[in-house]
Amino acid sequence: MSQVNSTKPVTLTADDFALIPHRDDIHGINRPSRSYWQDAWRRLKSNRRALFSLWLIIGLLAFATLGPLLWQVDPSRQDIDQISQAPGADRTAEIVPEYTQWNGAPQPGFESDAVGLRIGADANSQAVRLMWGTVPGASALRLYRNIFPIDDGMAFGLPIAEFNSTESGFYEDRLDLRPDTYYYSLVSLGPSLNLTAQYQVLAVDVRRVITIDEVRERELVSADAELAVGDQVKLSFHPMGTDYLGRDILARLMSGARVSLFIGIVAPFLFVLLGVAYGSTAGFIGGKVDQVMMRFADFVVALPFLLFMILFQVVFGIGPGESGIVPMLVALILLSWPATARLVRGQILQIRQEAYVSASRLLGARNYYLVLRHMIPNTLGVILVTLTFAVPSAIFTEAFLSFIGMGVAPPTASWGSMSNEGLATMLTHPHELIFPAIFISLTVLAFNLLGDGLRDALDSRMRSLE
Amino acid sequence: MWQYTLKRLLQGVITVWFIATATFLAMHSVPGDPISGERAATEAIRANLAARYGLDKPLGEQYVIYISNFLKGDFGISFTQQNRQVNDIIREHFPVSATLGILAVLFAALGGVLWGALTAIYRNRLPDTIIMFLVILGISVPSFVFAALGQLALVNINNFFGVSILPVAGWGTVSHMIVPALVLGMGTMAYLTRLMRSSMLEIINSDYVRTAKAKGLPAERVFLKHQLRNAILPVVTVLGPAIAAITTGGFVVELVFAIPGLGRYFVQAVQQLDYTVIMGTTVFYGSFLVFMVILVDLLYGWIDPRVRVQ
Repeated sequence: MSQVNSTKPVTLTADDFALIPHRDDIHGINRPSRSYWQDAWRRLKSNRRALFSLWLIIGLLAFATLGPLLWQVDPSRQDIDQISQAPGADRTAEIVPEYTQWNGAPQPGFESDAVGLRIGADANSQAVRLMWGTVPGASALRLYRNIFPIDDGMAFGLPIAEFNSTESGFYEDRLDLRPDTYYYSLVSLGPSLNLTAQYQVLAVDVRRVITIDEVRERELVSADAELAVGDQVKLSFHPMGTDYLGRDILARLMSGARVSLFIGIVAPFLFVLLGVAYGSTAGFIGGKVDQVMMRFADFVVALPFLLFMILFQVVFGIGPGESGIVPMLVALILLSWPATARLVRGQILQIRQEAYVSASRLLGARNYYLVLRHMIPNTLGVILVTLTFAVPSAIFTEAFLSFIGMGVAPPTASWGSMSNEGLATMLTHPHELIFPAIFISLTVLAFNLLGDGLRDALDSRMRSLE
Repeated sequence: MWQYTLKRLLQGVITVWFIATATFLAMHSVPGDPISGERAATEAIRANLAARYGLDKPLGEQYVIYISNFLKGDFGISFTQQNRQVNDIIREHFPVSATLGILAVLFAALGGVLWGALTAIYRNRLPDTIIMFLVILGISVPSFVFAALGQLALVNINNFFGVSILPVAGWGTVSHMIVPALVLGMGTMAYLTRLMRSSMLEIINSDYVRTAKAKGLPAERVFLKHQLRNAILPVVTVLGPAIAAITTGGFVVELVFAIPGLGRYFVQAVQQLDYTVIMGTTVFYGSFLVFMVILVDLLYGWIDPRVRVQ
């Protein structure tokens, strides 16, 4: 080649030309032949996001199926000692004697000459015992409890008792006590039981305690263990905390995952199947039948989706003891099939014109063979992409319905119903809302990313510009 | 164009009839009937109630009455609220939902176009990465989580400043609407951003944009006249379904922010099994959505001259 580019004239002799020996292998295929699906899989594997989402989905499925085997806690068992516990909260409790009624005499070590509001005994989750001296200038007294410090102009909280006598008195609070700091205020009332500006506040730290019988009953220690008052025991472990009824959130997330993923995967699978059958029938028969069938599909599409989901939930009804999963499944299938039907019909109409279909027909292929062997396999890529994108929307629908209270019936847990329950305690115990919300978001994210990846891998026409 | 409009409207009317029939059949296949509550203590009271609500007539006749009342624009009387017309309920609560919905759609459409265009211009650079990450978040996080988080943020902001900057819940003034509308439009905005981005990317590489640049048009003019106008078209086509999604998504937002809209009313009616209200609102919402979709399609013909020619 260098000779050609140089300015020196070239002289060629006959020896410079020689016959290249004939080789058969240049016509050979020296790269592996790959089927459509192998090629698609190869493309999907090179897409990092899609691969990540695939692993995430496998992880979520394992969480729903294998999780309950590893974490054998009943999701509907209530732990009344640990209501709305944050994850990793302290769970030690001290053993105390059985509760006995208080006669107002201070416990040894709590006698004092003070006249204000004070505790007369060790404050624990069994009882808070308050006592006070005579309050001058009041007509009556009212005792309040709050979980927030009392600021100027702030409410006193929950009124728990009222006393007509302003003499020294005592009160035993046993109302739903949790290990926390409580602010008790004793407010002086005027002649017409109106609040006056005169009040005294006492902050009380409450310890968590338990009795020996309770420990035995809940099997917190082995049956032959020795227990004595003053011992520390550990309450049952809740890695993700508990909800407003003291149910284990991890166990509920696992059983909720089953409900959400079941609806999210089975419903799209069934309605896509129905859509494929309907769409391919309409597309293949064509003509008047096709027009009538597709007009009906158009009507179903026009139904306001969520309104009819709710309507169908009412129509099918949820009987006592039922979870409400089946009605939701049926409603989803009845309302969601037309989108797939339209898509498949369009594809079938297109493929019907292809030369290979005519060739197959010419060779004597029957209709069902044409549909099953040529048409459906060639639309399978599009169908698979539709299926993947249908999963997150089904999960969203389930979560939405359960959130507004029209989905699964309690005590069945689903991520949507857990979020709904968590919303009520969002300000004080955000973990009850955040955990199910994270699971819904992760699942939807994973299926969306996988759908994007599948679309890029399977269908060159629908390939996104990224 | 007129013929097309007429044809679409006729189709819409038939669709509404289908919705009304489907709703009627669905409600009448509910096990039991609406008056079997505690009010119907004796047979006589039962019969009276059935006669009052026309439930003693055969199904076909009830259907005819229902459709003719519907044609007259009368949805009947509420079962649970005495002497309250379903029409009154809709008239009272729908404007609230509509205001919220319009704000949310505006917010979603403007935001979607703006962010989508930005991501396409800054393709594969930092602004693109950040916005697309937020978009994925917006698509994956359910609306009730946004609603809850929005409310939580409001509480914290108000506490931080010590004064109520924006109300946490309720309805009445513009300040009540901002955060609910933002929350409601969030998912749709994320979806529209994605759509806008891919349609914009397609157009940036098109021949006529290259020609426009080559003949020396200023960049703003190329962007506004050639890129934006064409890229918006796919966004307009999905506005119809987007309006539907936002209207029904309003249920959750109305529930969380205690907004007296029709969506919240519908959920309440379903929980109380107030049949006439359920049927009335479903048909009303259904027709509203059908005609919104038609309106958007006609609007599309107005924006894109190529559609008109066909």
